[in-house]
Amino acid sequence: MPGFLTALRSREGAVNAVLAGLLLAAPLVAFVIDEPFYISLATRVAILALAGVGLNLALGYGGMVSFGHAAFFGLGGYVAGIAAFHAFDGSDFITWPLTLGGTDQLLIIWPLTILVVAVVAFAIGAISLRTSGVYFIMITLAFAQMIYYLAISIPTYGGEDGLAIYLRNQLPLGDSNDPLTFFFVCYGLLLLAIFVSSRLVASPFGVALQCARMNEVRLATMGIAPFPVKLTAFVISGIITGIAGTLFADLNGFVGPSMLSWHRSGEIMIFVILGGVGRLFGPLAGAALFILLESLIGGMTDRWQLFLGAILLGVVLFARGGLIGLLAGRARHD
Amino acid sequence: MSVAFLIEQLLNGAQFGVMLFLMAAGLTLVFGVMGLINLAHGSLFMLGAFFCSWIAGITGSFWLGLGGGFLAAAAAGALIEILVIRRLYDRDHLDQVLATFALILIFSELVRWVFGDQPLYLDIPPLLSGALPLPGGGGYPVYRLAIILAGLATALGLYLLIAKTRLGMRIRAGESDREMIGALGVDIRTLYTAVFALGAALAGFAGGMVGALQSVQVGMGEPVLILAFVVIVIGGIGSVKGALIGSVLVGLTDTLGRVFLPQAFKLVLPPSEATAVGSALASVAIYLLMAVILAWRPKGLFPVNA
Repeated sequence: MPGFLTALRSREGAVNAVLAGLLLAAPLVAFVIDEPFYISLATRVAILALAGVGLNLALGYGGMVSFGHAAFFGLGGYVAGIAAFHAFDGSDFITWPLTLGGTDQLLIIWPLTILVVAVVAFAIGAISLRTSGVYFIMITLAFAQMIYYLAISIPTYGGEDGLAIYLRNQLPLGDSNDPLTFFFVCYGLLLLAIFVSSRLVASPFGVALQCARMNEVRLATMGIAPFPVKLTAFVISGIITGIAGTLFADLNGFVGPSMLSWHRSGEIMIFVILGGVGRLFGPLAGAALFILLESLIGGMTDRWQLFLGAILLGVVLFARGGLIGLLAGRARHD
Repeated sequence: MSVAFLIEQLLNGAQFGVMLFLMAAGLTLVFGVMGLINLAHGSLFMLGAFFCSWIAGITGSFWLGLGGGFLAAAAAGALIEILVIRRLYDRDHLDQVLATFALILIFSELVRWVFGDQPLYLDIPPLLSGALPLPGGGGYPVYRLAIILAGLATALGLYLLIAKTRLGMRIRAGESDREMIGALGVDIRTLYTAVFALGAALAGFAGGMVGALQSVQVGMGEPVLILAFVVIVIGGIGSVKGALIGSVLVGLTDTLGRVFLPQAFKLVLPPSEATAVGSALASVAIYLLMAVILAWRPKGLFPVNA
């Protein structure tokens, strides 16, 4: 069992276990002392961490600095929002070549999200991966902006105002409207995504992916073409972030262009870097720290962005390796 | 559709393009010489606009405001170069993106703190108010024409600076080999600060001029910043010539697309759908342009060091 379980014995494994335990404990305590706000805060952390886990696969392991992951996050949100919109007023999404109505079943919405995001991520990745370095950063940003402006210009789905999801989309077992149940769903998906990441990274595919980050020519010399490996990782990365988007839309009961904006892409990137690039639980550490700072400083002053910016700047300049790097030392290659 | 309308839209596109060039020139110089991606360039644009309208509001003179905006942006640029940016040159692009993203948060909040939440307004100076008649009827605002001329003059000045002066020679040398020019005894740190301040000043200048056309508010720099990135990526990052051609391309595509695409779709679709499809396509036209150009030439139209 490489990765997930043996890692528990190392220092990083211990840090990871504590992080996962804290995130699980927080809403339970909040439930007991009857503070539902903190349950929703913990759910937010789990969802945004999930988005970060997606990006980490491309950015941390594959070295693809995507500045456009908000596109996948927002697409996931819009899949949930549009499905719920049609389910709510009983209209059809399309009537030709086949009739497709809305749905409020998450078990249908998730596969649909995977499908939509996979197609879009494949198209974006296939073009963007022709470029590298700063061009890759900029072209992914441009594609995300493209989808952002498309969303704004479609009045049926709210345009600039976005779409309200009046009733949270449903699960077959359990009531997704119950805050604690919804948290468990998000938490479960987060752990699943981290587990899938750990298996992927340890697999031959993952080794090839990390090799592509370090030296593409050498990988090609070994007989493995880097492009398909990177494209596959990019698509999987987009899908994970897309699922986070559906959850985020359902948590807020709202999806709007802000989920697609480049600020969102930057934020997801911040989670990954704050936590530690290429560390399995890095996005969780980063998202938790970010949300905690935001709500702590936001409670004290309206100028929280100023302090957030200063802290972020400090981390980039002086604390390389992020939070996990600080707690567990440099990444081990075993 | 009259000739005057067509000319008016072409001029609008040129004005937008020229304004983008002032932003893109700084970005591309900074990337070309120092290898740095600066997301905070839009904040310098915003600073220029705020200082311009603030000083113009106090003194009553647009020209003093414009000069003030130019100088304030240059000073802010030099300051952040010395305090922050300098530490980022040997980092990877990821760290640069993040640190300059943090600078955006800081600048936006500081400006909101100092100037308040309400947008500021800046009047067009009397000298440049009014309109010039266009052939075929109608008129075109003198102020927008002045922006086009100012932008072209800046482009010419920048060309002369880079091609004909000692500073320009050092900038070009810095672009091709950083270690070597340092070894030859050029004070590379001062050169970097100067280049960064120059880029910042151009952004502030653009911000000041645009301030009279739109409301001056926090966040005004970000849409322009992203378009400027599109421009330099199309033109080839590091190439000032590419930035000029890229900005005119982007300015014209955006402006003409918004006007003509909805009308073009009216030929084949019912009017309401044509407007929706046309304006949706128009808003993504420049990104499509960029995707096509990058798919065709992954390093832009005028690749540097290729």
